[in-house]
Order: sequence, then structure tokens, then C-alpha cells
Amino acid sequence: MIAEYGHLALIIALCLSIVQAIVPMVGSFAGYRTWMRLGHSLAIGQLVFVAISFACLTAAFLQDDFSLQYVANNSNTLLPTQFKVSAVWGAHEGSLLLWALILAVWSAAVALFSSHLPLVLSSRVLSILGAISVGFGLFILLTSNPFARILPFSPTEGGDLNPLLQDFGLIVHPPMLYMGYVGFSVAFAFAVAALIGGQFDSAWARWARPWINSAWVFLTIGITLGSWWAYYELGWGGWWFWDPVENASLMPWLVGTALVHSISVTEKRGAFRSWTLLLAILAFSLSLLGTFLVRSGVLTSVHAFANDPERGVFILAFLGLVVGSSLLLFALRGPVVQRQKGDTEVVSYSGLSREMMLLLNNVLLVSAMAMILIGTLYPLIADVLDLGKISVGPPYFNFFFVPMTLGLMVAMGFAVFSRWKKTDANMLLQKGMVPFLISLSAALILPLFLAESISWATYSITAVITLGASFWVVTMSLEDLWQKLDRGSSKQSSRLKNLTKLPSSYWGMQVAHIGIAVCALGVGLSSVYDVQKDVRMVPGDRVEVAGYEFTFDSLDFVQGPNFGASRAQISAYKNDRLVAVLHPEKRKYEARNQVMTEAALDAGLTRDLYVSLGEPLKGDAWAIRLHVKPFVRCIWLGGLMIGLGGLLSVMDKRYRRRRKPSTQTAPQPAATEAAAQ
Amino acid sequence: MNRLTLFVPFALCLALGAFLFFSLGKNPLDLPSALVGEPFPEFALEELHEPERQVSTDDFDGQVLLVNVWATWCFACRIEHPWLNSLAEQGVAIVGLNYKDHRKLAQDWLGERGDPYQFSIFDPRGVLGIDLGVYGAPETYLVDAEGIIRHRRVGVVDERVWNEEFRDLYQQLVDDANAKTE
Repeated sequence: MIAEYGHLALIIALCLSIVQAIVPMVGSFAGYRTWMRLGHSLAIGQLVFVAISFACLTAAFLQDDFSLQYVANNSNTLLPTQFKVSAVWGAHEGSLLLWALILAVWSAAVALFSSHLPLVLSSRVLSILGAISVGFGLFILLTSNPFARILPFSPTEGGDLNPLLQDFGLIVHPPMLYMGYVGFSVAFAFAVAALIGGQFDSAWARWARPWINSAWVFLTIGITLGSWWAYYELGWGGWWFWDPVENASLMPWLVGTALVHSISVTEKRGAFRSWTLLLAILAFSLSLLGTFLVRSGVLTSVHAFANDPERGVFILAFLGLVVGSSLLLFALRGPVVQRQKGDTEVVSYSGLSREMMLLLNNVLLVSAMAMILIGTLYPLIADVLDLGKISVGPPYFNFFFVPMTLGLMVAMGFAVFSRWKKTDANMLLQKGMVPFLISLSAALILPLFLAESISWATYSITAVITLGASFWVVTMSLEDLWQKLDRGSSKQSSRLKNLTKLPSSYWGMQVAHIGIAVCALGVGLSSVYDVQKDVRMVPGDRVEVAGYEFTFDSLDFVQGPNFGASRAQISAYKNDRLVAVLHPEKRKYEARNQVMTEAALDAGLTRDLYVSLGEPLKGDAWAIRLHVKPFVRCIWLGGLMIGLGGLLSVMDKRYRRRRKPSTQTAPQPAATEAAAQ
Repeated sequence: MNRLTLFVPFALCLALGAFLFFSLGKNPLDLPSALVGEPFPEFALEELHEPERQVSTDDFDGQVLLVNVWATWCFACRIEHPWLNSLAEQGVAIVGLNYKDHRKLAQDWLGERGDPYQFSIFDPRGVLGIDLGVYGAPETYLVDAEGIIRHRRVGVVDERVWNEEFRDLYQQLVDDANAKTE
């Protein structure tokens, strides 16, 4: 019965979202305040029913209700409880339900925290979010119902969750990523509401900005977790594969990053208006495109779940409707948005200014996104045009992405010092002098010591460039911080006082920028100095890799809850001192008779030791893969720092300041309503 | 800003939508593979019909053979299948790679349509598919007696494709192999 309640709750949620999409929007044009307010309660009601539906599916998993097709395919009586819960979003149907739940969470959050917004704006935002949930609700109920039963002959045992997904990573990665993807729907709804109302100014930017930043934080952390999970779980030791599904998450992130920067110009200077709107629409469109690519099966990928053209057609139609109509709206209403009634002066800035620096940032980020989009879709486009068929792989992506990232990092160093309106070029060069010298010397000297031995043979240009760019960003950021502290007097006490006075959005920028440098450092150094050996070992053997001695001590058989495993013990020594004991496993999951490689790691800030078991060879011998990966951890540390930076900036005081609605919004609703009529 | 430039995103979006719509219909891609000229990747997977039997490249037995990637969810495989049956009757050695599929469905499918394969590698998660760089099903690899991949075809192999791309190369490889053993 529980499944039927879940199904029913989902249908009720869909009905609520239909009302939510229509009534507040109509009310906003007709001027019925009660109709407009309805959106807020409907959003919360929708959350309640989607949550009930989600809880019912979770209960079905916990009770091993294999009469549900979805549970039977993705669970098993032996599956540990925490994985039964995470199996809810382990495959297509459930992950869509998670998507719907997260959309409902965001909508309810908008409903609860929008009391300081003009009612016309918040009701329209909620109505647009409602329309999006109608689309997803229909998609789930019509093509991918997780509550479908197998009756009357239901299986007594389930097929088990894909072993790759039986991991802590699956518990946290998809929800985080979806929080980011779906979070951009709020940015999208704000943008479309602004286009409909024709009101788009600094106040709008100040309201929308915390929402955009929080979605971006979730996406950043989601991608970081995904990369970390791929690294330790897939057993290949790689952390990014330029797989279509990874690209699908990176594209909205790049556009989101551009948006996070351009909206600051819109807030502070009232410029970049149509550009900001376009980015907000694009970020969500790319999230939807990602869903289309993953779910429709037009591209094969490591992550491909289902090849179901019917679903593909549905998502494509939905995508076309959402993106097409919003871009058409953008084209038609753009001029209204560019000219605002309250504009007293024409916003101007010179060739060298903070505005230009941020424009450069946006151009680079959007170009990077475009080249990833082209690379991801190229096989499809070439096929349709009959141009011949070419696959583009990591070489293509690295060829474009790496120089663009370096360009961004160079600009980032200067941008921190740039001023609004006009910046003196000499001042920038002067500020850049000391950091440039520090970075240059660090970049030239450090590679000598990073390699295994000090020699010119192992001297790497890639390492020089990586170190140079990273040091540049960090030293420029620190110099700026130092000057901010020095302002006024140079007394120790006033420095400390200045330290506490700096706004949290400033700290956010600094932490995120340094995070980029740390991440780039990890990417560059780990790719240069990574040492990998595939060896044949029998217990007792000793192999040397990059200064570490690995000994194969023993091999045991261990029994897990739903798998049996061969587990090796491998000790790593450096200079005859034991540094780590590693236990890589080769697991055989019983339900699907599936073999999984469980790598063992010894993590450290400066290096990871990574050991995985390959195939058993003749006798006691095993094929074993030994990796020493210097600085690889910095990649995810940097990712987390970027996310933390975003979080700090969301927490800035100026977004929490809640003035009374009447004083803050008095002029705007009038303007909005005038524009609407 | 020029009034018309605002329509550029909309136009791009329409164009992209059209491409995506057309690509929904067609999947197989004839991709040049980096693996041509390289040894067939090592693997150890279950046999489709006998789950307890592990198969690997050793089971290729030094024959010149075709490795055919297929699945029950792949519509084009149904079109391709009769030609594979007739190739097998002509004595061409074919090994099946059942890709991202369910065992029971795959067994039934072969029972219904005939089994042209000497044996079938069962690869439900596409592990070998990743090593091979499989782009979609069907795909066919021509492997020589040394286990080196000599040709790759993404998409259906029918009589025409066989005659144009495979027949001569296959014959030549078989002759080479025979010359060596003599």
C-alpha cells in the first residue's frame, strides 16, 4: 500500500504545481493579491507531498518491497541499510524523484525567504518554478514512474544496487550536484520574472544574488565530490575523464561562475544587464541539457543509465519549451530591461577597469563552456551533417581548456586590484611587480626539487607554468589583503581591527580565488609527477615506485555483507620506514555476480599512494597497479575552498539586512506593475 | 545594442534543438578507433550462457575473428543479426560481446534468432566496452591471429559493409595466418 500512497502523493504534488504555475501568474497581471499570495502556500504544499512520495519510496526500499520494479532492480535483502536509502536515487526513476524533491525544496525556500521582495516579483518567480515542476512531474509520472509494480509474479529477491554505487560517494554526490543544478532554476525564474515585469536593476540583482551564489556553491561541491568519488571508486586512478556526463555538470558550472561575477557588476554598477539575464537563463538551460544528454542515450558514456528514446523525446520537448520560450522572451523584452526608468546616468567605464576585467572573465568562461559544448556534441552534429565521424577526447578538451584556465588565472591576479570605472595601468603593473618576481622564482626553482631526483632530465615546463600561475594568484591575493589591512595606520592593533571589518564577501572572493590556484596546482603537478607501475607480484615481492618501496605481504579472503573479497595487504616504505599499510580488494558481489575493484589509498596533502588489484594471474600472482600521485589531493581541497568562498559570500551581511518591505520596495512595485500593464 | 543581436541566442538554441532532435533517431557512429593496430584489451569476464566460465583473450585461440558488440536493447542489432548468422555458416569465427544487457533477455534473444557466436562475453556494466572505447551498439572489430585489432566498424555490418570493408582484409589475414602455421 505504501507505494500507492507515494504514487498518489506525487499526483497530488503535480496538481498543486499546475495551480502554482497558473494562479499567481494570472494574479500578478490582474492585480489580485490573494491569487499572488497563493503561490507561497502552494510551494510549501508541494514540498510536503513530494516529500511524502519520496519517503514512501524510501520505505519501500527499507522494507525490501520487490513487487516494485524499481526496488527489485536496485536493491537486495543483503544490501546494508545506508545503501538501501541511497539506492533510492541510484538509478533513473529515483534520481528524477530526487530532482523533483530538490526543486520543491528550493521553491519552498523561495516562498519562505521572499517576504522582503515585492509580491509581484516573488509570485512570478514561484509561478515559473511551478511550471518547471509541472514538466518534471509529468516526466516522472508518464515515462519513469518509480512506483510501477511487477504483479502478480513479483521476485522474492532484488537484483542489487550497482556495486559501483555502493559507496559513501553516492550518498552525498548526487544530492549535492542536484542542489546545484536545480538551484539554477531559481536564478532562471528570477531572470524570466524580470523579463516579464521589465524591472531589472540593482535591487533585483541584490535579491537574486544569494540564490545564485548558493546554487553555485552546491554545484561546486557536487562536482568536487563527484571527481573525488571517481578517483577512489572507479579504480583507474583518474579524477576527470571529459566524459559527456562530467561535461554536462561542468558547463553549467562555468556559466554559473560567469554569472556569479557578472551579477556583481549588475548589483554594484547597474551594467551588464542583458548579459546577466542571458547567463541566468543559460545556466539552467545547460543543467537541463545535461539531463537530456544523460537520460536520452544519444551519447554513450560511463554513466549512461538508460537508452530510452521515448524519454529522450520528452526531455527534448521540455528543454525546447523552457529554453526556447525564455530566449524568445529575452529577445523580445531585452530592450525594456536595458533601459530602466530610474537610470540617472549612463553607466560608463573605461578600457581598463574592474568592469572590463569581469567582462574578460565572462568571455573566457563562456568560451570555455562553448568549446566543451562543441566537443561534447560534436559527434552528434557531425553525424547529422554527414561530415564524417570523429570522436573528440581529452586531447581536444585539454588543448582548449588549459590555456583558457591559465589566461583566467593571469587576469585573476590583476582583477583583485582593479577599480570600478577606471583603473590606472601603471598602478596595476607596480602592484604586480613583487608577486611576479616571487612567482617567477618559485616557478623556476621548485620543479628542481619536486621530481624524484635533482636533475635537468626531470625538469618539467608544465610544472613551471602551473607553479607560476598558482603562485601568481596567491601572492596577488595576499598582497591585496595586506594592503586592505594596512589602510589607515600600520599599527598592529588597527590591522587586527581592519581584519574583522573586511566584509565576508571579500573573504569569499579571496578564498575562492586561492582555491582555484590550489586546484590548478593539484591538476598540474599530479599530471606531471604521477608515477604508475603495473606489476605482477606474488606475496613477499618488493617493488620500488618513485622512492617508495611496496611489499606484497599477504592475501586473504574476507566476507562482506553482500560480497566476498580477495584482500591484499601491501605495505609502503620510504627510506626503510613504514609509511602506510594498504588493503586493496577485489570484490565479488553475490547478487549480480559482479566483480569490483576496491582501490586502497594513503592520502596526504603532498602525495597519495594508490594501490589497486588487477586480475589474478597464475598461481599466487596478481596483477597490481601501484601509483604515487603527488599533490593530487590539492584538486579537491581547491574545489572545497572554491565552494567555501561562495558560501562566505552568500553569508555577507548586506543580503541578510531585512528592511521593512514598505521602505525598501516602495518605488519598485509601482514600476513593476506599471511595466506589467 | 543592436535589436537583432538579442535574437542570436534564440536562433542558436533553435539550431541546437534541431540537431539534438535529428540525433535522437540515429545512434551508430563510424569512429576511427585509436585501438586499430593495437592488441585487443585484456579482460576476464563471464560467458553469457555459462556464468561459471571465465573467458579472456586466451579463448580467441589464435583465430582470425570478429568481435561483435550487441545488446537486446539495440534495435539495429536485430537488423544485423541475420547476416551474422549467415557469416557464421560460411565459417567466419565470431565472438559476441553482450554489452550492458540482462543475461536472461540476451539468452532468450539468441535462442529466438539463432546464435552465430563461438562464445559470448557477458559485459553487463560495459567494463570491456570502456577499454575498447565502444561508442554504441552494434560495433564490430576484426581481430587477427595475433590478437591485434585490424578494423573497426561502428554500426550495422550487413552484406554491403562486409563486402566493402571486411571481406578482402579478412581473407588476407586468414591467408597470412595459414601461411605462418605451414
